[in-house]
Amino acid sequence: MTGTLGAILYPWVGLSHMLGHPFLRSAFGAGTCIALASGLVGYLVVLRGQVFSGDALSHVAFTGALAALAFGLDLRAGLYGACIVFGILMAALGRRASADDTVIGSVFAWILGLGALFLSVFTTAQSGTGAVGSASGINVLFGSILGLTTSEAWSDSIVALVVVGAFVAIGRPLLFASLDDAVAGARGVPVRALGYGFFVLLGITAGVATQAVGALLLLGLLAAPAGASQRLTASPFVAMWLSAGFAVFSMWAGLTVAYLAPRIPPSFGILAVASGVYLLAFVATATADRLRARRSSSKGTAPLSPAVTGGAPGGS
Amino acid sequence: MPTDTPGIPTDLLMAHLHHMFSFHFMVNAFRAGTIVAVVAGAVGWFMVLRRQSFAGHTLAVVSFPGAAGAIWLGLSATLGYFLGSILAALVIALVPRSSSGRARSQESAVIGTVQAFALASGVLFVSLYGGFLDSLTGLLFGTFLGISDGQVVVLGVVAVVVLAALAAMGRPLLFATIDQDVAVARRVPVRVLSVAFLVLLGCTAAEVSQITGALLVFALLVMPAAAAQQISPRPGISFVLTLVLALAITWTSLAVAYSSVYPVGFYVSTIGFGVYVLAAAGRALADRVGSRSPRRSAPTAPTALAVQP
Repeated sequence: MTGTLGAILYPWVGLSHMLGHPFLRSAFGAGTCIALASGLVGYLVVLRGQVFSGDALSHVAFTGALAALAFGLDLRAGLYGACIVFGILMAALGRRASADDTVIGSVFAWILGLGALFLSVFTTAQSGTGAVGSASGINVLFGSILGLTTSEAWSDSIVALVVVGAFVAIGRPLLFASLDDAVAGARGVPVRALGYGFFVLLGITAGVATQAVGALLLLGLLAAPAGASQRLTASPFVAMWLSAGFAVFSMWAGLTVAYLAPRIPPSFGILAVASGVYLLAFVATATADRLRARRSSSKGTAPLSPAVTGGAPGGS
Repeated sequence: MPTDTPGIPTDLLMAHLHHMFSFHFMVNAFRAGTIVAVVAGAVGWFMVLRRQSFAGHTLAVVSFPGAAGAIWLGLSATLGYFLGSILAALVIALVPRSSSGRARSQESAVIGTVQAFALASGVLFVSLYGGFLDSLTGLLFGTFLGISDGQVVVLGVVAVVVLAALAAMGRPLLFATIDQDVAVARRVPVRVLSVAFLVLLGCTAAEVSQITGALLVFALLVMPAAAAQQISPRPGISFVLTLVLALAITWTSLAVAYSSVYPVGFYVSTIGFGVYVLAAAGRALADRVGSRSPRRSAPTAPTALAVQP
């Protein structure tokens, strides 16, 4: 009896044990808020086909943070400053920018090169403690969610929750504008202003997510949950919150994995779970599509084809 | 030109070059850099034309976990670079290319996820290996020190294979890139070409990342081609120009990085970006001159003329 009770209780004991560590409490608290923001904003990034812009922002985040370190400023000042300024810049370039990969690519390759310079400046400036400089550069690249202090965790959580709040406030018109900007513009939705708002939110999210999973990996937190939810449901609102749910789940599972296996960096755990979720969604929808196709072909295509041809004009 | 400049700087420059090439590692760096620049220019030219920059960037990034994993397992990093990039190329090729909105956003979500997961795996391997932080920044941002003779040979062999394959499929690939529908109608194997090109792109990305680092491959792959396509719309001219620019950027960067403490990737990306900005500005200026005096544009401005057909 006590054995089964123990077996039932064991995960909870383990959980309470895990959350007994203050750094893990900080990581879970801040991580949840950051994942929520990334999942929501990420869904719109994927929907608008601007994953590449998110990629660009992650490079900017790296360079901004290291520039701040190289000039002896607070890391977060550089991080948020660079991300927001660059977000506004991308919004100003507008749809033209999202169309031309080459321009974005060239600009962000150069920005990343600058980041490498700042990393090197920062590392050599602290010549006595080169390892420290190098380590904080690596932390910017790959995140250090277990290294967050309590006050940092609080400020990150608040920033992330502000993003979530702002996103919920403008979510409905933003979705409308993202799905069909011409119709939304005709209905009087301020498409341009919403575009700016979205990019500012994306910039802040990139800044806050950099502290959790790192500049290089935040793209995964933006793209993977959103991609998975977009495959699973066609309804934008469901997909949006599903994406947030996947992101939070990835964060929790990844942190737990990192806690149970200390050799595994938490950023890897989080990204591995998020990629796994995406892979599952991909395989599930692909096999479902194939089964459906096989069933319709075995029944004969004749009864189905009128419905398809009838449905197509209405849908588009 | 050298006779115009006073003697001493030229001598200094020559002495500097002589000194630089007296080190075997610098000779190897220039050999490797030259090979890499030619391959990156040639494949990058097609990549920019095909608008597959994002895929190219991802393939480059994936070479990092490949190399880190190979080092962790005690294999050669060169092998890891190639395995990682080619595997990722095949994964991306699994997802069919499409221009419709939803499929396109799905495609970018796949690429983004693959990229982030690959980088995360790289961190894992480095962490499992025990983490030499200096080698980590080398993998990411490039190092030209310690390129061995064997590595140069491998780079050269792979480069020859890639260039031969590219030469063999160049014409149909160009056709399929410029007008896919007509190419399909003419029975050009568009799908096979697309997969084959991705694999070539993977090999190239793996080659380039050994010089510029995984994160800055873009600089050599995109910038020369983008600049050349700004300068001339004719395929032949811009292709040759791409190779010239790639070589110039690489040689200059290596020479500057030799006498500097900062990573070579910074110089490659900065010089490359400078070239691209100059080309774009020149193009914009030429367009403006051409549009302001339309009568004069036909005989004097060859770029404005060539844009028309």
